[in-house]
Amino acid sequence: MDLYELTIHQALEKMEQGEISSVELTRNCLDRIEKIDSKLNAFVTVDREGALLQAAEADRKRSRGEGGLLCGIPLSIKDLLSTKDLRTTCGSKILEDFVPVFDATVIQKIKNEGGVILGKVAMDEFAMGSTSETCFSGVPHNPYKRGYVAGGSSGGSAASVAAMECLGSLGSDTGGSIRQPASLCGVVGIKPTYGRVSRFGLVAFASSLDQVGPIAGNIDDTARLLKCISGYDKNDSTSVKQPVPDFSGFIGKSIKGLKVGIPREYFGEGVDPEIAAIVENGINILREGGAEIRDVSLPHTEYCVAVYYIIAPSEASSNLARYDGALYGYRDNKSETLLEMYKNSRSAGFGDEVKRRILIGTYALSSGYYDAYYKKASQVRTLILEDYKNVFDECDVILSPVTPLPAWKMGENKDDPLSVYLSDIMTISANLAGIPGMSVPGGFTRKGLPVGIQLQANHFMEEKLFQTGSYLEREVDLNRPELAL
Amino acid sequence: MKKISKKEVEHIVHLARLTLDKGELEKVTVQLDTILSYVEKLDELETSDVEPTTHVFSVCNAFRDDVVSKSLPREKALVNAPRQDGESFHVPKII
Repeated sequence: MDLYELTIHQALEKMEQGEISSVELTRNCLDRIEKIDSKLNAFVTVDREGALLQAAEADRKRSRGEGGLLCGIPLSIKDLLSTKDLRTTCGSKILEDFVPVFDATVIQKIKNEGGVILGKVAMDEFAMGSTSETCFSGVPHNPYKRGYVAGGSSGGSAASVAAMECLGSLGSDTGGSIRQPASLCGVVGIKPTYGRVSRFGLVAFASSLDQVGPIAGNIDDTARLLKCISGYDKNDSTSVKQPVPDFSGFIGKSIKGLKVGIPREYFGEGVDPEIAAIVENGINILREGGAEIRDVSLPHTEYCVAVYYIIAPSEASSNLARYDGALYGYRDNKSETLLEMYKNSRSAGFGDEVKRRILIGTYALSSGYYDAYYKKASQVRTLILEDYKNVFDECDVILSPVTPLPAWKMGENKDDPLSVYLSDIMTISANLAGIPGMSVPGGFTRKGLPVGIQLQANHFMEEKLFQTGSYLEREVDLNRPELAL
Repeated sequence: MKKISKKEVEHIVHLARLTLDKGELEKVTVQLDTILSYVEKLDELETSDVEPTTHVFSVCNAFRDDVVSKSLPREKALVNAPRQDGESFHVPKII
């Protein structure tokens, strides 16, 4: 067995017992990246030297008995979390040479716990997408089928974990960007409650929806990573002062009497029959385990995509105004006036999808249209929140598919943005409501493509996700095929 | 009915500080029109009595104590600048 196949839990045990060192483990992961990443394209930047230095430091700390919760564990980081002295591109040409001067709070926390950062991984440009195809540096493949998408926007995170280039990863989720690639790549991903994790140093896309979260090979490792990054941060005024529970403590807890809601709106036409069968299997397993399955309704589900594609682009158009070529990032040097410099730098630096969303947002916020679009969407957002409130009055978790379709071929739907937007229908409502959601592997299609099951819980009830998810993880017979690498 | 005209898109492109060539403008106008027609779906809902949600948890006045703390040194703040002279950012002449 190669060291990169270890779970975080197993690797920590082996290091604790002195069987392996972090330097050996880290080198093993780096060698794997060198060997397979030209076929996978998960990494934008590999920091071999820096990672080995961090690993050596972790080994020293451990020998002195000072190691943290992730001491010596090699991780990949989505390329929109600010990493000091390590290039952070957001998958965009406009930040191609950007080297941050500070660490995001979550990166500081990972480093404090002894985590080793191998490098930065691919994503849709500024996290706007569901396939990672808009990443300027190359598109990650699905580790189970080359030529198929890994999902997005945290496609590099999910692909690098599934392909065992690292033991875990941090991604971000604005409309499903952790849960959807986790589902498409057959790994576990969790979007925490809005405010659970600091957004300081997370490059902003849609500030009222963005949330950082972990992706890992199993529930236990995901719980460990989430514990490390959670908590109030004075640098993020929207982070919430809530105690951080020991999420791992809920793993394996009995699900007898657990009330699981099945929202009928998530099972309409358009859901692939293989996905429906895999999700149905998950429901049956929970029922047999003693959970109480209830038919519930989230009546405003059909409006979620419309609400999201007003709110997210509006916030993005405002957030992305900062890329103007003046202080950092790409600048068009031929421009003679300031206005030309803004326009030419932004036009050459941003890709088509980012421009499209900036334009939608600029339109929705422009004079005379604000009430019709942004205000209207924010009102319907309230109705979506109320739907959830009603369901969580009688349920502990909501179970559904993550996506209507399994991973698709790269290049499909290229000129039809709306059809791609519609594929987000099952994930974006959790962001609009600020509730936590998880994707846990549920099975594989006949073609060998992974399919996840989505669990959602009420605000700050991530523990219910770990409780339910760990039961599914233990009882579902995945029949995991070999990686196609 | 068309939701958005090419002329309106041209104006939005200017407000967003972007430029599009003729071909891009044609294509984007069609795409924005499709998206804006889709989001019109929200008009099916009567919302005049509904309070808008902007943040899920209303954190009111997140004040901090007025204490002097360390800030980024100038040379670090300038390190990613496309053009600078060690003291300030350089941009094309404005006046």
